[in-house]
Amino acid sequence: MSVEILMPALSPTMEEGNLAKWHIKPGDKVESGQVIAEIETDKATMEVEAVDEGIVSEILVPEGSEGVKVNTPIARLGTGAANGKAPSATPEPAAAKASEPAALKAEVAAPVAKAPAKDPEIPAGTRLVKVTVRDALRDAMAEEMRRDSDVFLMGEEVAQYQGAYKVSRDLLQEFGERRVIDTPITEHGFTGLGVGAAMAGLKPIVEFMTWNFAMQAMDQLINSAAKTLYMSGGQIRCSIVFRGPNGAAARVAAQHSQDYSAWYANVPGLKVIAPYDAADAKGLLKAAIRDPNPIIFLEHELLYGQEFDVPEIEDWIVPIGKAKVRREGTSLTITAHSRMVGLALKAAEELAADGIEAEVIDLRTLRPLDHGTIVESVKKTNRLVTVEEGWGPMGVGAEVAARVVEHAFDYLDAPPLRVCQEDVPMPYAANLEAISLPSVEKIVKAAKAVCYR
Amino acid sequence: MARARKNGVGGQKANSLADKDRWLKYYRSMLLIRRFEERAGQLYGMGLIGGFCHLYIGQEAIAVGMESVKRAGDQIITGYRDHGHMLAAGMDPKEVMAELTGRAGGSSHGKGGSMHMFSVPNGFFGGHGIVGAQVSLGTGLALANSYRNDGAVSYTYFGDGAANQGQVYESFNMAELWSLPVVYVIENNQYAMGTSVERSSAETHLYRRGLSFNIPGEEVDGMDVDAVAEAGARAAEHARTKGPYILEMKTYRYRGHSMSDPAKYRPQGELEEVRKTRDPIDHLKAKLEGVGLKEEELKAIDAEVRQIVLDAAEYARTSPEPDPSELYTDVYLEAAAR
Repeated sequence: MSVEILMPALSPTMEEGNLAKWHIKPGDKVESGQVIAEIETDKATMEVEAVDEGIVSEILVPEGSEGVKVNTPIARLGTGAANGKAPSATPEPAAAKASEPAALKAEVAAPVAKAPAKDPEIPAGTRLVKVTVRDALRDAMAEEMRRDSDVFLMGEEVAQYQGAYKVSRDLLQEFGERRVIDTPITEHGFTGLGVGAAMAGLKPIVEFMTWNFAMQAMDQLINSAAKTLYMSGGQIRCSIVFRGPNGAAARVAAQHSQDYSAWYANVPGLKVIAPYDAADAKGLLKAAIRDPNPIIFLEHELLYGQEFDVPEIEDWIVPIGKAKVRREGTSLTITAHSRMVGLALKAAEELAADGIEAEVIDLRTLRPLDHGTIVESVKKTNRLVTVEEGWGPMGVGAEVAARVVEHAFDYLDAPPLRVCQEDVPMPYAANLEAISLPSVEKIVKAAKAVCYR
Repeated sequence: MARARKNGVGGQKANSLADKDRWLKYYRSMLLIRRFEERAGQLYGMGLIGGFCHLYIGQEAIAVGMESVKRAGDQIITGYRDHGHMLAAGMDPKEVMAELTGRAGGSSHGKGGSMHMFSVPNGFFGGHGIVGAQVSLGTGLALANSYRNDGAVSYTYFGDGAANQGQVYESFNMAELWSLPVVYVIENNQYAMGTSVERSSAETHLYRRGLSFNIPGEEVDGMDVDAVAEAGARAAEHARTKGPYILEMKTYRYRGHSMSDPAKYRPQGELEEVRKTRDPIDHLKAKLEGVGLKEEELKAIDAEVRQIVLDAAEYARTSPEPDPSELYTDVYLEAAAR
């Protein structure tokens, strides 16, 4: 039997090339791996190695030929009978089809998200305890570490120092240094170690002293943590929580004061959570630790010390992917997350004094975004203001507005407005910092504008 | 920093049955990798394999020699020149080839491609496309082994190019600091894409790169499967009992960096010289002939391997493309019921 040797492609884009030289002639014995020819394009010259063994029976394209199309038979090889099946031969029509993107052949609808679960009912008579966001986060980690021995915490200063912001206070004392691990200042490296440990089946919590430093680890967060489940066809899981303070801090200037919400919420494979109060901080962090996916958990330094009511319920879990209506109203919808929820609520109070009833929605989870709750609200109020601490262009507010326009266009009585950080790096000077950030005043102004007041 | 002893052909007891069996196993595995890669190169040339495709031809002795010291529960992780490690680890050549062609029967259902395959049952944790990222990940696998105290070792492979990445040294630091069971296997094939080690590295002896972290290292002839296996066993023992260890495998890739690289940056004759004098498969074949193995026995292995590769190629050509419904699967795992 005989086998055709085909004109190979030097690169995915090559369509034709020159057959510069033959190293074989009819009658020659050819072995696998032997260099048989040289081909060239305008970019490169490459040696062609034989894949099949046999005796050269015919040279089909003489050396010096130009413009030989890829996959053209260039020589024929007589093979021994050792091989049962016909090797290689010509490419089948299926091969040509294979190069068309599948997406062109069939429209694939993204799966419709299931209706998000509701917050757990708080039974009547449940005691509400004042807890700071800082302690709520600590309690969530401690409870989950008691529950599951695969959960551990690693990061800079999390153990002996008790946390740069004291979020991990007392954890070392309770769980020991095997499960509360101080790392060197080496974000790229320890993030990779955390992701590797998660791939091996553990459930790490990786604390970034602030999310500003996580930019050093961006490759591991996006390329390794977010994508490996997909790239492995579902074989490699990565159950891991990355957490730490995000957003504007006070007077630390541009490198240490930045909101990364939109950055991470852009990436499929990640879930992104940004709670406001202590009850959500605790309930969502517990849900995050139990979730089998990589989670970006964005806390806020300026909220750590604030106290909120937390229901005294065993195993308080808040579902991921569900927004919360913090204040009901009929005049307009204001969306916000993290620290901005507090500003939005204050703005709503001021607006109420002017007879404008704002509905305030705390997004809580940015990916997956609970747009159902937002859209339902806008259908009622017909007006939208989005608030975020980060930059506006391509931001969370832009996404919320796009979804509202897509799903409730006919209900809108005014163009949506975004309140966000001014489009500049965070300034250091106190006055400039203040005017660069969203404020109650800016929210009130935007709210009045969409109400044409 | 001991150098691995070279195991010359004459240095072995010619009549050792154990040697012969071991060598036959190595030979079959190395030949499978070479024939598989040659076929992959052909399918690439035919347009059946797309994108980037980095062949392992020339480096076979490393994956195969190291596999011989791997125990159940140990893990392997590497970069994008990964087909050899997958086959050595025992992954089905059909699934690997079908992943190269982007088909449903591929190991990642066609969603990973050449650089992104995995097999937990075989201890193979990828297949990673970003140079150096697997070093931190592999050190993390070792962190998990240490956390569980299960005696498992992480074999973390990277090339001479990755050896200049910053996260490699961040990982070295933590590995030694926490005595993690990891063997760093540097496959020094002398070229990081087109840039030679001499042109990219201030310290070209890569086994010394752990010195400032107190990690011992040694240089190994990566073209000699016995030398690889011996050094691997030493390194694994150290990793299990003391902590990280570095093996610098001196090797050579016969092909370009990827399929589109004609490798013209190498001096004329360098490849031919290596092929003629240091080829890992020829080297082993000579040893087998030295212990009296008959031509027919080797021929039988060749034929068997050839058929496996032909079957794999056939499967990779005929397996259907992934169903469009696969587009949205494996992005997230469902949360377990609470």
